[in-house]
Amino acid sequence: MSRAPRRGVLPGFGLSTGFTVLYLSLVVLVPLSTLAVKSSALTWAQAWAIVASPRAIASYKLTFGASAAAAGVNVVFGVLVAWVLARYRFPGRSLVDALVDLPFALPTAVSGIALTAVYSRTGWIGRHLEPLGIQAAFSWLGVAIALTFIGLPFVIRTVQPVLEDLDRELEEAAAVLGAGRWETFRRVLFPAVLPAAITGFALSFARALGEYGSVVFISGNMPMKTEIAPLLIMTRLEQYDYAGAAAISVVLLGASFVLLLAINRLQAWTRARTGATA
Amino acid sequence: MSDASAGPADAIAPVPERAPVSARARARPRPRRVDEDPPLVRWGLTLLALGFLSAFVLVPCAAVVVEALRDGVRLWWTALVDPDALAAIRLTVLVAAIAVPLNALFGLAAAWSITRFRYRGKSALVSLIDLPFGVSPVISGMVTVLLFGAQGWFGPWLVERGWKVVFAVPGIVLATVFVTFPFVARELIPFMESQGLEEEEAAHVLGASGWQLFMKVTLPNVKWSLLYGVILCNARAMGEFGAVSVVSGHIRGLTNTLPLHVEILYNEYAFRAAFAVASLLFLLALVTLVAKKTLEWRQHHARHAARRSVTP
Repeated sequence: MSRAPRRGVLPGFGLSTGFTVLYLSLVVLVPLSTLAVKSSALTWAQAWAIVASPRAIASYKLTFGASAAAAGVNVVFGVLVAWVLARYRFPGRSLVDALVDLPFALPTAVSGIALTAVYSRTGWIGRHLEPLGIQAAFSWLGVAIALTFIGLPFVIRTVQPVLEDLDRELEEAAAVLGAGRWETFRRVLFPAVLPAAITGFALSFARALGEYGSVVFISGNMPMKTEIAPLLIMTRLEQYDYAGAAAISVVLLGASFVLLLAINRLQAWTRARTGATA
Repeated sequence: MSDASAGPADAIAPVPERAPVSARARARPRPRRVDEDPPLVRWGLTLLALGFLSAFVLVPCAAVVVEALRDGVRLWWTALVDPDALAAIRLTVLVAAIAVPLNALFGLAAAWSITRFRYRGKSALVSLIDLPFGVSPVISGMVTVLLFGAQGWFGPWLVERGWKVVFAVPGIVLATVFVTFPFVARELIPFMESQGLEEEEAAHVLGASGWQLFMKVTLPNVKWSLLYGVILCNARAMGEFGAVSVVSGHIRGLTNTLPLHVEILYNEYAFRAAFAVASLLFLLALVTLVAKKTLEWRQHHARHAARRSVTP
């Protein structure tokens, strides 16, 4: 078992692998390494002063809080929408199904101004929230609304296939054994859907952490109040404070990568679970 | 596997005998299956789901169209043929025309390498390809500035030669390439993995050269999957906002892409024009979705046809 494992007989190994690695390095790895280098120009004390400044802390709180809230809303309603799309037949169903993908396809600047128009004080929905004392646009809620929009497809698209593949005999068996629909949901459907729902939550959360375009229009961008972390990076860049921007980026990236790792694990778990039940 | 096609269709299980639908027959409810929800629950949940989707997707999209056409089609059109808007359209198309083929080429090479050979470090390579998906758009733009900006690694070298990357078109292209990097590879890798390599090995044994193999066997097999990836990649390339915003410098008529033009107009309170340009991007999203659904439908049917021909 020394060298020369069988790679395969097809030609082009060197060319394709070489190009892949070179292009990956030039386009992704070298550029990302500038972050580490740039932020290492700071001493620990300087970096800490930037990363843990009250304004930065406020922006993390908003970014993580609103992202978690948005992902939470998406889990509840995403499972609901996935259930409706997978199980019920109603006129216009395929149109609704296509609608779910729109947040993926719509440029973020467009979703930003559209959501702002709808949820501002005079907007179609905002005007009905105003009398209830709810200010949607230009507040914490506005940020959460935008993040819900962009994360919306993730839960639905991870849960829907699981529901479609689910063996209906399980539900029939539960019913025959005397379970009501609610108990069947709680004891049979919920455990089957749980891994996919958690994966969807994590995907939606990870996407929301870095989101910029759709949020900047609706948030109002008030420092300490409605300033998300990516916007704080942008502000630092506009002041040519590259090291400061890089330091905050490293914090944000670190969180994203931890999440991505967790998602990988979750997906493996989902595959194992659905493989076992189906 | 064999009863996969009998899933959702029999869920509605109509009354077996096709009796003439008289008023009385319609009034008598058919027996509910044990794994079916009561009608009240069904309608309640459906309405709740539709309400959620309306509030977050349908109504905002309708708002784009309504706001764009608020003062009539003539003014909508005027906003689109404005010289700055036309320059933004041209730049957006140009950027996508460079970034998408580059990433498509990368996607093909990466998928070929990853699915056709066995070697160490392959799974690490696959994870690294996904990396740009986890990077905030603002950070994606920022790394371009850190490389090529005036204080960046290659900044002084570029300045000496009078080349401008950041706050110019090359920077916009680079940031877009970074952001749209994984799209084609993400589609091709699982697809080519599932296809296996028998056909290519056969062609190889029969004496096909590498180029013939690629053109005559691989490309025809993966073309729809490739197209799918290219469509998604293109949508993101044309719609990217955050990354491009960092590197563009927002010079009207020169370094303004369509999404940036939307922002400039909006911040100047030129709402009608902003929504007019936004409606163009909305149209792009619709075309993308229709193309995506068509391809998914095609693949679905191709799979079923293949299954039918295997099991008569």
